[in-house]
Amino acid sequence: MNELIKVVEAESSVRRQALPDFKAGDDINVHVKIKEGSKERIQQFQGTVIQRKNASTNGETFTVRKVSSGVGVERIFPLLSPNIDKIEVVRQGVVRRARLYYLRGKQGRAAKVKEKRT
Amino acid sequence: MLGIIGKKIGMITLYDGAGDSIPCTVIEGGPCVVTQIKTLATDGYLAVQLGYADKKVKNTSKPLQGHFEKAGSAPKRRLVEFRNFAESLDVKLGQIIRLEDIFKVGEYVDAIGTSKGKGFQGVVKRHGFSGVGDRTHGQHNRERAPGSIGGASYPARVFKGTRMAGRTGGQRVKVANLKVLKIIPEDNLIVINGAVPGPKNTYIILEK
Repeated sequence: MNELIKVVEAESSVRRQALPDFKAGDDINVHVKIKEGSKERIQQFQGTVIQRKNASTNGETFTVRKVSSGVGVERIFPLLSPNIDKIEVVRQGVVRRARLYYLRGKQGRAAKVKEKRT
Repeated sequence: MLGIIGKKIGMITLYDGAGDSIPCTVIEGGPCVVTQIKTLATDGYLAVQLGYADKKVKNTSKPLQGHFEKAGSAPKRRLVEFRNFAESLDVKLGQIIRLEDIFKVGEYVDAIGTSKGKGFQGVVKRHGFSGVGDRTHGQHNRERAPGSIGGASYPARVFKGTRMAGRTGGQRVKVANLKVLKIIPEDNLIVINGAVPGPKNTYIILEK
């Protein structure tokens, strides 16, 4: 990437460092700020990270998938968005690829990612 | 009209307070040198000529070398004239103009550049025709055809300027009212909201 673009994006590095390291296969809990009229509240979205896109740019996003009452739900978050209050890593997974699209067709035990032993 | 010559660096994302992502273009603007000041007495109109991006002396023609020597500057690759520049900013020959002399954060600027060349294109891409709109009902192979281009017995000719297929892009395009979001004077960088014509590393004229 162009060096001059890095100069402009440099200020986001502070925010980036405040976030934990996570990658595809990890279970995370995202705390999202939601505005309702003038009130602001925090909503949580817990699930498995299935991909991170546009890594190391300001526009980086990640996709979290969970199965909610039998229906698969995926949400895409911009990593550096000020609406993300915090991210907790709940469980680290072991996967062999960066994009876990194969989870979409699976249910129950087959859709489970192996946990990383530390 | 105040302005500066620059180079498109690329596009990035910024986030505003509400969490909306804003598409932005990063432009390296200046520093530019005043290479000529045109006056009513000598040229019949008021303008200031700015130069941007160094080039080698050996690649500069002798007449141009003399032109740059008058301003006491190194030869420049790109020369652009701005009408009525000196009205709002006092300039001297050979003076160096920087981004922060001209633009402030929050202002609206116009960007002029050469759009990306797209080659010979049909009317759907070139003029935004909607195409035939159906694959079946007897359309055979004319999904993106332009349709009729005029009457056969009257006027029995095609009007000049009728929109047809042809070379697309590679033209001078001006995009108006782009907001200045950020200025980084140390690196001569300006970040503006929205897109700017042309590929990366193309020359861009910013004016306000």
